Amino acid sequence: MSASSTADVPFEAKTKVGRFTDFVDERVGGSGILREFGRKVFPDHWSFMFGEVALYSFVILLLSGTFLTFFFDPSMAETHYQGSYTPLYNVEMSVAYSSSLDISFDVRGGLFMRQVHHWAALLFVASLGVHMLRVFFTGAFRKPREMNWVVGGVLLILAMAAGFTGYSLPDDLLSGNGLRIIDGVIKSIPVIGTYISFFLFGGEFPGTAIIGRLYVLHILLVPALILLMIVIHLFMVVVHKHTQYPGPGRNDGNVVGYPLGPVYAAKAGGFFFIVFGVIALMAAAFTINPIWNYGPYDPSPVSAGTQPDWYIGFVDGALRLMPGVVNDFHFEYVIFGYTLTLNVLLPALVPAGIIFTVLFTYPWIERWITKDNREHHVLDRPRNAPTRTAIGVAGFTWYCVMWAAAGSDLIATHFHVSLNDVTYWLRALFFVGPIIAFIVTKRVALALQRKDREIALHGRETGRIVRLPHGEFIEVHAPLDDYKQYKLVGFESPAPLPAQPNEHGVVTRKEKRRAALSKWFFEDRVAPATPAEVEAAHAHGHHEAIEGADQKSLSH
Amino acid sequence: MGNHSDGSPNHSGTVATAGQNEVEKFQDPGLPPHRLRLADTDPKAAKRAERQVAILFGVSIVGTLIFLGAYFAIDLGVDSTIATIRNQNLLLGLGTAFAMLGIGTGIVHWAKALMPDHEVSEERHAVRTEEDRQAAVRIVDDIVEETGIKRRPLIRNTLLGAVALAPLPAIAVFGDLGPRPDDKLAHTMWAPEEGKLKRLTRDPDGTPIKASDVTIGSAFHVIPEGLNELHEGKLNEKAKAVVLLMRLNPDSLKISPGREDWSYNGIVAYSKICTHVGCPVALYEQQTHHLLCPCHQSTFDLTQECKVIFGPASRPLPQLPIAVDAEGYLVATSDFKEPVGPSYWERDEHERLINS
Repeated sequence: MSASSTADVPFEAKTKVGRFTDFVDERVGGSGILREFGRKVFPDHWSFMFGEVALYSFVILLLSGTFLTFFFDPSMAETHYQGSYTPLYNVEMSVAYSSSLDISFDVRGGLFMRQVHHWAALLFVASLGVHMLRVFFTGAFRKPREMNWVVGGVLLILAMAAGFTGYSLPDDLLSGNGLRIIDGVIKSIPVIGTYISFFLFGGEFPGTAIIGRLYVLHILLVPALILLMIVIHLFMVVVHKHTQYPGPGRNDGNVVGYPLGPVYAAKAGGFFFIVFGVIALMAAAFTINPIWNYGPYDPSPVSAGTQPDWYIGFVDGALRLMPGVVNDFHFEYVIFGYTLTLNVLLPALVPAGIIFTVLFTYPWIERWITKDNREHHVLDRPRNAPTRTAIGVAGFTWYCVMWAAAGSDLIATHFHVSLNDVTYWLRALFFVGPIIAFIVTKRVALALQRKDREIALHGRETGRIVRLPHGEFIEVHAPLDDYKQYKLVGFESPAPLPAQPNEHGVVTRKEKRRAALSKWFFEDRVAPATPAEVEAAHAHGHHEAIEGADQKSLSH
Repeated sequence: MGNHSDGSPNHSGTVATAGQNEVEKFQDPGLPPHRLRLADTDPKAAKRAERQVAILFGVSIVGTLIFLGAYFAIDLGVDSTIATIRNQNLLLGLGTAFAMLGIGTGIVHWAKALMPDHEVSEERHAVRTEEDRQAAVRIVDDIVEETGIKRRPLIRNTLLGAVALAPLPAIAVFGDLGPRPDDKLAHTMWAPEEGKLKRLTRDPDGTPIKASDVTIGSAFHVIPEGLNELHEGKLNEKAKAVVLLMRLNPDSLKISPGREDWSYNGIVAYSKICTHVGCPVALYEQQTHHLLCPCHQSTFDLTQECKVIFGPASRPLPQLPIAVDAEGYLVATSDFKEPVGPSYWERDEHERLINS
């Protein structure tokens, strides 16, 4: 047999590079890996880039962060600044702040690296957030990707932790006040709050331990956990293969896109350099966190208009929105001789708690409501899942109200309005905003579905106005080609699933609740046009006839 | 689409769809036909794209040279100014940006214009097959059987007990992260030392303040006498002891019973640490006699003993009892009568301790 005879003759490489490659390959099995992944197909869409931006920002954070560790000294020992920034010359400060100033003014490229690091951190959390919004609104979290969604949520929390621990390191006035707020929040925790505060700060606030401890968390523990989560995340992406947007030729059984080599690898690899370049451009031109303006940390002064980094803003905003006293009712009271500080505890923990609880459990909530155990690899267009999209926008609005509240003083000064009024409005929006957002979003999604249906039935508007012999003007509609048509009609439109009896033939109360939720979820919907409907629309051929026949669902 | 047997056939049909069946749905027309790009058909366009990619890589080389030039040519020596640093930062950043964007846009342009742009379709495979599941179950059963853990509950139970207890030292070992809080938060530096009352001094230079220096409408940032001389824990003490001193028309102050001798001639002193989460309440509105915390906008009314009139704080700022000593300097007659700063679980206990 020829096959066995070729196998008998061992392969021998001709060139030097070939012999080297062969040597390594025989020992690590690279051929098998390349055979498996070299041409693996990845779907392409601009919205898939957000996750890539997050990954690349993290790589840039590791690179720039490593540089910074060579010069930063996380000591809270007192020193007198001797560096070249004259306004602070001989000012008493911590070694940490002094070395941060040295990085900015006396290390060549140090300021650039600091700014790259800070901008990349802001972009890292932002791209994670946007990536998760994309995953949510397209239903990419559905089976089999529920666990990867949870890993993503953990990454978001870790990213915020990395950001906050890093933000506090320079020990400047701004970050010190940030730590002061964290200390106040920790102290509000019942029973153990005071102990946690003393254990974190190694005694009373601010102490001399916190910067060193945050430094270890920031450069070792948190990045290691992030790296671990990224590995798990990407491993699961490979196992599941990427989702794809709906369209002709794409279904839950295939994956359509570009092969990894060369096109996808080139695009994704090239994109790393683009992300790096954009961050470098920002670091070159836009100052971020000018610590030299704030001065060293001192518990007495504070500058007005202080803001945390953007991703902590929603917690800070919630703290601002909560009234401490309402009509002589104090949210701080004494129970059994101990102090319970609900005016701090509630806003610090409850909104973030609700957001992350819903975020982590949402795949299972929707799965329970729909009883849908199928694998989904084709994404939903957000309009085709109106209730989910509305839930997402409502949650996002809630977040944004809190986030805006973190800048309530800046809103007041920039727009020359009363600070108190801004707070009152935002307090109202905190409750009403999500409801309005839900209703509006759902209606917009349904309207977009109707528009899709209309185009599928009547074709697209050509802009060509024709006058008929009897004087009527009509606009000529052109039929869509099969591919465009399929994009508008090829989606699933689930109807409410009534309560199902269990194996004993009993409809449980839980099942009734599920059915009620299912009704709420899927009651309002616009079914995709069917071939029969399109046939009917074309058979009439006449514009107003179709309107008449189908007025109910198509009325403008 | 709409193939309900994907994944788990057992559950097909539990998802209600819009009363459609396969006949009523459009058939997937398949992938749209591939459209050739200009560079695929016109060798001139392909050559042009090739040149563009090369130019972009060239831009990257220039960027790297700019970076190196800016790094070595600009000296951050003794006579450098902020402008030097700013210019160097700009050039280093622009150099890096060009270097990176040149490579990145070059590669992406190459991929989009010259590499094949045929979309290909690949089958997905089940994440788990039933065959694999059964094989795995058999393996696990064998492993469990070979360990004999089911037949030997004594081993299993003692192991569970040992594993459950083993992490306890790992928790206990963090016991020395910090000291016990005790009543440290209840006291500040203002307590008289050996019968000597502490003077109110200016923040940050520590010079004492005479009552006659405090005119109506003025405000002082105050630290206790001796704070600047502390060698250890200076910031810790400062974080509790900072005070705002203001003088108002005595008639505008509402003074509650027991606090009649806490002020002097309309001069009042209040803790500067917000009772919300501890920011310094640094803004004094002279006209309205309001104190505003810039962090979360808690607002305190000075005329009503710093009662909360707006914002998230729930408790008035603690007042420091003050008087004038023989030389006319302001002194604190005692420590605060309650813990300062943000609330904490043992706060009420401490307040009772202070006043007992």
